[in-house]
Amino acid sequence: MSNPEFSNPIVKWVDYRLPIFSMMHHELHEYPTPKNLNYWWNFGSLAGIVLGIMIVSGIVLAMNYTAHIDYAFDSVERIMRDVNFGWLIRYIHMNGASFFFIVVYIHMFRGLYYGSYKAPREILWILGVVIMLLMMATAFMGYVLPWGQMSFWGATVITNLFSALPIIGEYIVTWLWGGFGVDNPTLNRFFSLHYLLPFAIAGVVILHLAALHQHGSNNPLGIDIKKKGDTIPFHPYYTIKDLFGLGVFLTIFVAVIAYAPNYMGHPDNYIPANPLVTPSHIVPEWYFLPFYAILRAVPDKLFGVLAMFAAIAVLFVLPWLDRSPIRSAKFRPVYFIFFWVFLADCILLGYCGAMPAEPPWVLISQLATAYYFAHFLVILPILGLYERPVDLPLSISGGSPDDDAPAAQAAE
Amino acid sequence: MGTQSRFQHLLAVPALVAKRTVQAGAALLIGTSIALAAGGGEPTVCTPKDVPHNDRHWGFQGVFGHYDKKAAFRGFEVFRGTCAACHSLKYFTFRNLADLDVPEDAIKGIAAEYEVMAEPNDDGEVLPRTAIPSDYFPSPFANEKAAASVNGGAVPPDLSLMVKARASFENHVPNILDGYMDAPEGCEVPEGKYYNAHYPGYIISMAPPLADDAIEYKDGTKATKEQMIKDVSEFLAYVAEPKLEERKSMGFKIVIFLLILTVLLYLTKKQVWRKLH
Repeated sequence: MSNPEFSNPIVKWVDYRLPIFSMMHHELHEYPTPKNLNYWWNFGSLAGIVLGIMIVSGIVLAMNYTAHIDYAFDSVERIMRDVNFGWLIRYIHMNGASFFFIVVYIHMFRGLYYGSYKAPREILWILGVVIMLLMMATAFMGYVLPWGQMSFWGATVITNLFSALPIIGEYIVTWLWGGFGVDNPTLNRFFSLHYLLPFAIAGVVILHLAALHQHGSNNPLGIDIKKKGDTIPFHPYYTIKDLFGLGVFLTIFVAVIAYAPNYMGHPDNYIPANPLVTPSHIVPEWYFLPFYAILRAVPDKLFGVLAMFAAIAVLFVLPWLDRSPIRSAKFRPVYFIFFWVFLADCILLGYCGAMPAEPPWVLISQLATAYYFAHFLVILPILGLYERPVDLPLSISGGSPDDDAPAAQAAE
Repeated sequence: MGTQSRFQHLLAVPALVAKRTVQAGAALLIGTSIALAAGGGEPTVCTPKDVPHNDRHWGFQGVFGHYDKKAAFRGFEVFRGTCAACHSLKYFTFRNLADLDVPEDAIKGIAAEYEVMAEPNDDGEVLPRTAIPSDYFPSPFANEKAAASVNGGAVPPDLSLMVKARASFENHVPNILDGYMDAPEGCEVPEGKYYNAHYPGYIISMAPPLADDAIEYKDGTKATKEQMIKDVSEFLAYVAEPKLEERKSMGFKIVIFLLILTVLLYLTKKQVWRKLH
């Protein structure tokens, strides 16, 4: 952790007063990163880049958008038709939301597979779940802004959920709406919050990174860094690897924008909002579908809402539900199976969320919901007690942990 | 369970449109194509025996897709000759015809055939004036109530986004225009309504709008019903997504650029990591 000697006199001058170059050197170059990270570790930095894309495209959209129920839809169409490259900016933002969730969901399942949430990274994981929650709130409010049919009815359904709370429910909903229905005050505050929350996300991302850099990345073996040979500097090794991953991501992203920009959207949202006409099928955006399925699986409204929130809340306590000291699923033969079953269960829930609330989908969602909670509340605690892990390797780079001097930051 | 039934009213789906044929399992998986497709639903007496299916090929589909500008302009003629009697086209301006290679003078001439309301004059009167290219295509009705009152209570929807606002996308317009037929036996069609095999619920308020030679094309093309359906569908697809050509051609170039860049980044990555092994 010695301070680097800079040769450029300006860099030297600045760094003496504001040690920004020392910090960059420390966090990027010296920062020891496990040498065995695979491509699933690309999705963290990718998520940060997508957040940047969303903020920049969103700021430009906000310059041309009108948050009023009489003009919102028209202003979006004006962006699509008359604003220079407005169609491009809007399609980037629209599809960027979907890709943000794709990237973050992969990032989270990677964490589940390799046990990245375990000690000493519990707070790192919890901050990640906070980011996901903020993303969901932001995405939901953003979807309302074009003021199409799905915007309006999605907002109506989701805000109405709070009316399930006993006694105070109705008051909360009125307070959220700023009136007695989803109307102009609702649109205005959603726009305001939609602009605010991404910066809150960026703030939590900084905390997430601070927590990450405290103990460094987990790795596919899930064992701690034992010696110097286990690590490589983040730069240039992972900067170039992340850049390659970014290239793959951007290629897919641009291809979708160019050739299927409305594929992940819903045709009904090209119909202006009409409070008098309910769409035949109110469906949230695809990234909410698993939670929507859990909501509908419970026949009682209040308990449905509670189950939906519990599905996210359970993630906060995951580090304490999983009692196994072994991180990586590679060395947990039984957890390995349950991980894939759980992933399949989540996809099944998403599928159920897209299906109408009628047989057989109701029963399937109920079973899938039960399994979702059983995974966290029953299977993980029991596995921690009874699973017999496979022998762990001694170190990331192989051989005895004492081959060379111990790494500067031995964990725990 | 009062709250629950209210909740279900918001969430549950009317049985009529519940089941639908799925375009692709993968599409369903991410819940994109859930809206009702024309012709879906629980079989009723009105369910058509065999639905004429129009899986048409459009020149604007595919990687290098582009609009057939001549057809789209003929479609504009169909639109203003027939559809515009009832339907608005709110987001279309006369100047947009330049996208269909219509010369400036011709656009001025077409605009001049219409009148729009001017700004209030110095005496505060709002008088009609001749339209200019920057004007939006005038709507046939002053407001929704006026539209409903002369259309038996049904409001003819704006057509600007019709192609993007229905699950069957570019096939929606030709399907509806082609879907008029005799109702199956036992299916009651109310007075002033029509049977359409492609309309959700099959009972539509719009009278069959096209018949052979309903209009006369300027370019001499014979105005058969099928020709008009094709042309007006092309035109409405263009109005719904006017930047499609720009999007596809720009997208293609960027994808090629990114592919090359990604390969170079991969080679660089290999080079950098080689030192490790």
